[in-house]
Amino acid sequence: MTLQAYLTLAAVLFCIGLFGVITRRNTIGILLGIELMLNAVNINLVAFARFLGDVSGMVFTVFTISITVAEVALGLALVILIFRIRRTAVADHLDLLKG
Amino acid sequence: MSLEPIAFWGLAVALLASALAVVLTRNLFHSVLYLALSLTATAGLFLALDAEFLAAVQLLLYAGGVVTIAVFAIVVTERLVGDRITQTSRQLFTGFIIAGALLVALLAIFRRGPLTVPRPAVSGDLTRAIGQSLLTTYVLPFELLGVLFLAALLGALYFARPDD
Repeated sequence: MTLQAYLTLAAVLFCIGLFGVITRRNTIGILLGIELMLNAVNINLVAFARFLGDVSGMVFTVFTISITVAEVALGLALVILIFRIRRTAVADHLDLLKG
Repeated sequence: MSLEPIAFWGLAVALLASALAVVLTRNLFHSVLYLALSLTATAGLFLALDAEFLAAVQLLLYAGGVVTIAVFAIVVTERLVGDRITQTSRQLFTGFIIAGALLVALLAIFRRGPLTVPRPAVSGDLTRAIGQSLLTTYVLPFELLGVLFLAALLGALYFARPDD
């Protein structure tokens, strides 16, 4: 398959993730959408690394995967903490800072 | 090499279908299970790109770790069965317009500059090359990653402390 095929697939995946981030109301659902978007970025990095014959892109993918795991762990810990205080995980209900 | 297009199209269909299910299904728990399927399909795509090490990392960290944490978060904040777990979406039209516009723009850019890079043959062991690059050229970011994980660990412990 050509590089273009992989890039197109990643672009479609990224847009599906963006759709999820915009439309989901539950905070965990929004985080799952962000996961899909980061996944699309990883596919792009690996595809470019493979087609350009440069291993740096794959090293970068190791970094993005690790940072994403830390981000999800902290994000979900925050969701659980907010739920313990406000008894809700719906993003629209968290409007404490609204004037 | 003739198997690669078949693998690509099969994995692409599985990936996009499960990704659509992640953002469209009403049950949050099913959404996480579909996410595990799409992450596994991505690991398959990494295999099709000759990156065996990254496929293993993807399966262990994402499909193993992230999905487990997400299931725990759902169990704590919602019930696994019943009404609470169903989630509604809002602004479907706005989301469709924004995501669709971005997709059209990206595809237009791809069409303008067709990237006809030939796929080079695999030179040596890619896993070995990744390891060597990680511990020589990129050793400083690698160490900083350890600091980040320590901070994330302390942060998660701080959030999870019992009420006093």
